[in-house]
Amino acid sequence: MAEFPRFIGKLHMQQETVAFALAGSGGAGVMTIGAMLLEAAARAGYYGLFSRLSGPQVRGGEAAALVRLGTREIGAPPDRYDLLLAIDWGHVERFVQEIPLSTNSLIIGDPKMGEVPAAIAASGARTLQVPLAAEAQKIPGGRPNMIALGIVAGFTGLPQNAIEDIVKGRIGGKGEAAIDASVAGLKRGYEMAASLDVDVRLPAVAAAPGRWLLTGNQAVGVGVLRGGVRFVASYPITPATELVEWMAPVLPRLGGQLVQAEDELSAVNIALGGAYGGVPSMTATSGPGLSLMVEALGLATAAELPLVVVDVMRGGPSTGIPTKSEQSDLNLAIYGAHGDAPRVVVAPLSIADAVPTAQWSVEIAEALQTPAILLSDQAMGQSRAVIDAPAPDTTTATRIAPEEIQPRAYKRYALTDSGVSPMTRPGQPNGQWIAEGLTHNEAGTPSSAAQDHHAQLAKRLRKLQQYDFGARWAQIEGEGELAVITWGSTAGAVREALARLRPRGTQIKHIALRLIAPLQTERLTQALTGVQRALVIELNQTAQLHRYLLGHAPELAPRLSGHARPGPLPFRPAEIEQRIDSWSAA
Amino acid sequence: MNDRVDTKRLDAKDFKSDVKPIWCPGCGDFGVLAALTRALAMLGRPPEQIAVVSGIGCSSRLPAYTSAYGFHGLHGRALPVATGLKLARPDLEVIAVGGDGDGYSIGGNHFLHACRRNVDMAYIVMDNRVYGMTKGQPSPTTESDWEADIAPEGTGLRPFNPTALAVAAGATFVARGFSGDPNGLAKLMTDAIQWRGFAFVEVLSPCLTFRPEQKEWKEMTHAGPAEPIGDPARAAAWMLEDDGFGLGVIYRASELPHPVHLHRVVALAEIEQEFAL
Amino acid sequence: MTPIHSLPEFYAHALAIEEEAAARYQELGDQMTEHHNQAAAELFFWLAGLERQHAVDIGKRAQGVALAQIAPWDYKWQSAESPETASPESAHYLMTPWHALELALANEKRAVEFFETVARTTPDDAVARLAREFAAEERIHVSYVEQALAKEADPTAGWDEDLDDPQAVE
Repeated sequence: MAEFPRFIGKLHMQQETVAFALAGSGGAGVMTIGAMLLEAAARAGYYGLFSRLSGPQVRGGEAAALVRLGTREIGAPPDRYDLLLAIDWGHVERFVQEIPLSTNSLIIGDPKMGEVPAAIAASGARTLQVPLAAEAQKIPGGRPNMIALGIVAGFTGLPQNAIEDIVKGRIGGKGEAAIDASVAGLKRGYEMAASLDVDVRLPAVAAAPGRWLLTGNQAVGVGVLRGGVRFVASYPITPATELVEWMAPVLPRLGGQLVQAEDELSAVNIALGGAYGGVPSMTATSGPGLSLMVEALGLATAAELPLVVVDVMRGGPSTGIPTKSEQSDLNLAIYGAHGDAPRVVVAPLSIADAVPTAQWSVEIAEALQTPAILLSDQAMGQSRAVIDAPAPDTTTATRIAPEEIQPRAYKRYALTDSGVSPMTRPGQPNGQWIAEGLTHNEAGTPSSAAQDHHAQLAKRLRKLQQYDFGARWAQIEGEGELAVITWGSTAGAVREALARLRPRGTQIKHIALRLIAPLQTERLTQALTGVQRALVIELNQTAQLHRYLLGHAPELAPRLSGHARPGPLPFRPAEIEQRIDSWSAA
Repeated sequence: MNDRVDTKRLDAKDFKSDVKPIWCPGCGDFGVLAALTRALAMLGRPPEQIAVVSGIGCSSRLPAYTSAYGFHGLHGRALPVATGLKLARPDLEVIAVGGDGDGYSIGGNHFLHACRRNVDMAYIVMDNRVYGMTKGQPSPTTESDWEADIAPEGTGLRPFNPTALAVAAGATFVARGFSGDPNGLAKLMTDAIQWRGFAFVEVLSPCLTFRPEQKEWKEMTHAGPAEPIGDPARAAAWMLEDDGFGLGVIYRASELPHPVHLHRVVALAEIEQEFAL
Repeated sequence: MTPIHSLPEFYAHALAIEEEAAARYQELGDQMTEHHNQAAAELFFWLAGLERQHAVDIGKRAQGVALAQIAPWDYKWQSAESPETASPESAHYLMTPWHALELALANEKRAVEFFETVARTTPDDAVARLAREFAAEERIHVSYVEQALAKEADPTAGWDEDLDDPQAVE
């Protein structure tokens, strides 16, 4: 039934992935269909990544669901979207920078909703008008978003019944009529897709068991639970709130609990109370909350209390851009606290990596009796991905406990070779100690004497420097005289870029840091053996990692260059590819 | 036939550490420490099952002077730490202590929410109506005309009424004691610690170094209500009308049942199934 | 005062008087030591030692008596704490031995008054006898302290003057 113009020509397939942007406003329901699309693809055996864009309104604002599907794990947004489907054009042009299109892209719009906004049309993408609203009206209770879902799913070749099951699963609670309307809309969409010559089918795959579908926030949550965290205190803040909301009903089922605090000052101190009590504890926040927690980080350092602090970074500074991503909290994480207060800073490389890395952060915090800050970001935290189910890891975090204690003789802050002092658990007879923020001696009695201050500072530095963090400090791939150094989620776009560059002959190593502080200088130097030049790529204005390396590993300086830019626009593989191309040629 | 030396029965001195207090001789906090050790002896739980949590200030030095577990944390943040400790370790007896500056100024917000949360702990504030540790600035309970270096004409601000604040914030047990009556205070503390909920004990504890006129306080204290008042509105009214020197348990809510949520405890693998495709 | 009814109750009070007095004098001695007031510290430690000895003596006399277990707030004192326990507010870091002995004197006098009142008000003959005996003992202590006091110079004007300002230590 050719009621509308046929689209001639196939869409260009990029890198065995396909990317859709589904836009709409005023309750169009694009997030819902984006999630369904991802789930359907996941069940069919594909990998995928689903992110969101939204306007400032709490409800009814402009929104776009960004879905990228492929046959391998996806860790970055696409260079451009193959398809932008807009149910309406309400302020969608605000997303123009975040939905890059090219002449190879296709824009589908509803003629009833007017012209494609000029800013979007300027991309040169081909456009197709599809009367979604009109079609929806033909179905009792029909909604354009279901038709859109059917169209997109049809383009990808995902089996219709599979999507139907998912739709039923999600809409089921709303009653028979709603289900019927949705399924009818879906079916219509599939019909319309069949009559359009648009082929963005991914290579066939078998449904693969043993995969998970979850957000970055959930991945961090699972990770810390695997690490043994059973006590959490938090104050809601975008984009970390979903992490604690996921953990809230889960913790009691594991014998733990979660407390909502009155502010971040309280949240981190409540968590420290739990930590003192012997329970691995955690708090989660974003940049503004981490700023408030700084004094408590100093306390945890000085009193030697284990604590995991998750910072789901967002645009900064100050209130910044709560709903978008950036990597600009590194300085705060590494240095935030008065006095000499070194601590541990880790950053997972991807949603998949967040599970084992979050678990690792608990192990480190407990073993070293120190705060460990885990830097996630909004891009990972609020995106949902298909990942290989993380292998079970039964290593548990343990605190070193004293063997035998004489009455009134226990020295909590005893000077040891490793720098780690055995720690008792309240309730243990003869093990009483005062967690002390004042500078103290070995017994924990406040002291302003130089030798106590120096001895305790040295001990706390020693415990970090002498700990064997093992091979997890970084993910290292490739060989060559060139190298790229990244931290956190930048790894994803870089890996994709290098996957294009290497077959063309570029020999280049990628060092993706998971452990940023304490800096593993020896290991990094070793990893850079034979490397003539290294490019430090990060998403912040002031090149925070680059400068950190210059300061703490100055001997590496001559070989280091930086590619640092602020967010909130993510790194895309093409940007990295071009930058490395020009840098390597220079 | 009781042996006078009963090795099992705990004595106040079992709850004192070997650390000598740095408080000025004459400080009211000595009376508070005496009262606390006597109360703990009466409660019968050994020192290792007690935790004393404090913030910063002269009063906050107290944990080190007891033989219990303790936490000397950040200024104003004793209550969050105590909350976390008690929630994570409900088996311990948790007592938060501090001064009026620590508790009502920088700690003010946490104070309100601790009253509301009603976690089972006692909070003992040693109120000397001054910032002693930093050499004599007005606190939220200082009289409006008290002249200080930092406020040469007095603050001109009306002081808080902490007991009334506590009631309005949802506290279920509010008492006032006096450091000059350590035995009476010990009784109040015992009641507060045994109260199943958040028990607030405001203790008038003179600072003779910066507020020597507070020596008069022993003439000014008087008995509070004959029986603890059970209605919060009446209790708050009594507190607002009182001159701030009425002693005893002033307010005690009818005991609130603590809801016990039973959860079937599962293995983490079961939780992780949520994500499996 | 509410009368004391029995020997176990009486002995419990008598012992508490000495033990609490000893603890308080020891504490005051520690406070003086921390504040570098050697003279007052020595005096308080000496007094603490005396009280400890009294406690031992009473313990011996009370052998075979099952002492009443009394909560701190249930003792029948006529003052805030037991009669020989100096109130902590009465200390001053610059106090002289004279001040310390004044404290001790007030304590001992209070003890005399306490036992006399017990003797007067108790319905129990054995308690009354013992209370009178203890009162007599305390009177000896009073004169002992008075003699020590006589040897002590009166504090000079400005004894509590400290030219240095207080320190903020935190």
